[in-house]
Amino acid sequence: MVYIQHKKINQYELFSGGKLTLLHIDIELTERCNNNCIHCYINQPQNDPVNKSREMNTDFVKSVLLQAAELGSLSVRFTGGEPLLREDFQELYIFARHLGMRVILFTNATMITQELCQLFSRIPPGKPISITVYGMHASSYDAIVARKGAFDEFWHGINLLQKYNIPFEVKQSLLPQNQSEIPEFEAFVATLPNMHYEPGYSMNFDLRARRDNSAKNSIIKGLRVSPQETLAMLTRDPEKYVKEMRKFASKFMGHPDDRLFSCGAGLETCVDAYGIAQMCMLLRHPDTVYPLNPESHQKRHPDTELKPLKYALTKFFPRVRQQRSRNPDYLNRCARCFLMGLCDQCPAKSWEEHGTLDTPVEYLCEIAHAKARFLGLINEGEKAWELEEEIWKARLNNFISDSKS
Amino acid sequence: MASKINLNQVYVVSEDVVVREIEGELIIVPIAAGIGDMEAELYTTNEIGKIILYKFDGKQSLADIAEDLSVEFAAPLAEIERDVLGFVTELAKRKMLIMVN
Repeated sequence: MVYIQHKKINQYELFSGGKLTLLHIDIELTERCNNNCIHCYINQPQNDPVNKSREMNTDFVKSVLLQAAELGSLSVRFTGGEPLLREDFQELYIFARHLGMRVILFTNATMITQELCQLFSRIPPGKPISITVYGMHASSYDAIVARKGAFDEFWHGINLLQKYNIPFEVKQSLLPQNQSEIPEFEAFVATLPNMHYEPGYSMNFDLRARRDNSAKNSIIKGLRVSPQETLAMLTRDPEKYVKEMRKFASKFMGHPDDRLFSCGAGLETCVDAYGIAQMCMLLRHPDTVYPLNPESHQKRHPDTELKPLKYALTKFFPRVRQQRSRNPDYLNRCARCFLMGLCDQCPAKSWEEHGTLDTPVEYLCEIAHAKARFLGLINEGEKAWELEEEIWKARLNNFISDSKS
Repeated sequence: MASKINLNQVYVVSEDVVVREIEGELIIVPIAAGIGDMEAELYTTNEIGKIILYKFDGKQSLADIAEDLSVEFAAPLAEIERDVLGFVTELAKRKMLIMVN
């Protein structure tokens, strides 16, 4: 008789198709960071006493992790800010692992120590550590993170991880300071045993997620690559891009109507540094978030027996997801636009850019149209939302069916 | 290790794994290096294994566990002993159980 079976996670029926309330949780352990990246959407100063005092304490984070595990969660992403700034990081890491959750650590690697590597060797995270690379030289790296000596610290962290054989993955933020270093970065990536795929590049940077710094927003806008440059990056291997997009288009194109949430926001959650459950990592509009503080939860819903996280996921977020747009601009454009799958327009982006949930974001619209023109879905000068349904459906079908021929 | 397992031994679940019950299904999650492919794999037990696993308390011998289960489920002792030994063999070879005596 076979008493034990081992299977890949994706082979379990239990972990597919929304059978569990929560499969994964993101937790922002802090918004503080030891770097001060010129393009960052969230960072607060490393030693900011106000932000530090407001952060979830150790017990609060453990309570969130426990609630997530009770709901079935198999993994947690610790992100920030720089999560390794938390003095209780190791304690939280061990706690999460002992709940049977895999840990995905998002870090800049500058605070990786020998002690941490020994911990990761003894109790592996279960997922590769995810590291953003800001440059391949001190001149570019330190300029982007606005801190002298950061590049050396980063390499020290990378070297330690390699010495201890701790799996990690890298991605790059593409900025004017490091744009010429792509070949060097990719040569480095090719030496990494866990990078079986092409590295990701972030280049269409988010504005400040708390809408707290208009001066920095102006800088971020100036650092974004243009729609044409975005397209050039995406289509460095044009055949591959088209092939991928054909598969993608067969599933994700079409217009969202007046629905605000055609994405997966609220099906999982990101808990911010202060214990507020968000529908995704970016959306911080006050009408869409749920405080997990037990007293606040009890006061808002004295009759419920549900714990705060379960309440947020099963009661609060589903209500928010039902919201419909009443903004004529959105209804006339995004709601009728069939480029949904090519466009990053969503309530979170609208919030960051305009402080609303449903204002079209011009920059994202231009990128989506640039992609669609490249793929032959629209012609020069056409706006996707102006096309008759039978026209765009025919073009889409032609595009998709080319993959079958 | 498998050949040495006998009913006088006492076992406890290793601290290198976490046992979780999710929606009635028993999942064994490796958390230490050297047990399975931690990134992609989970272990699950059949119904018999699930019942046996909850009995490992580091105090009762395998014989005690088998006897308990035989009474609890009104099943022949020899059959239960075979299941307990079979289950322990599978777990022990994966370092998921630790012998404490």
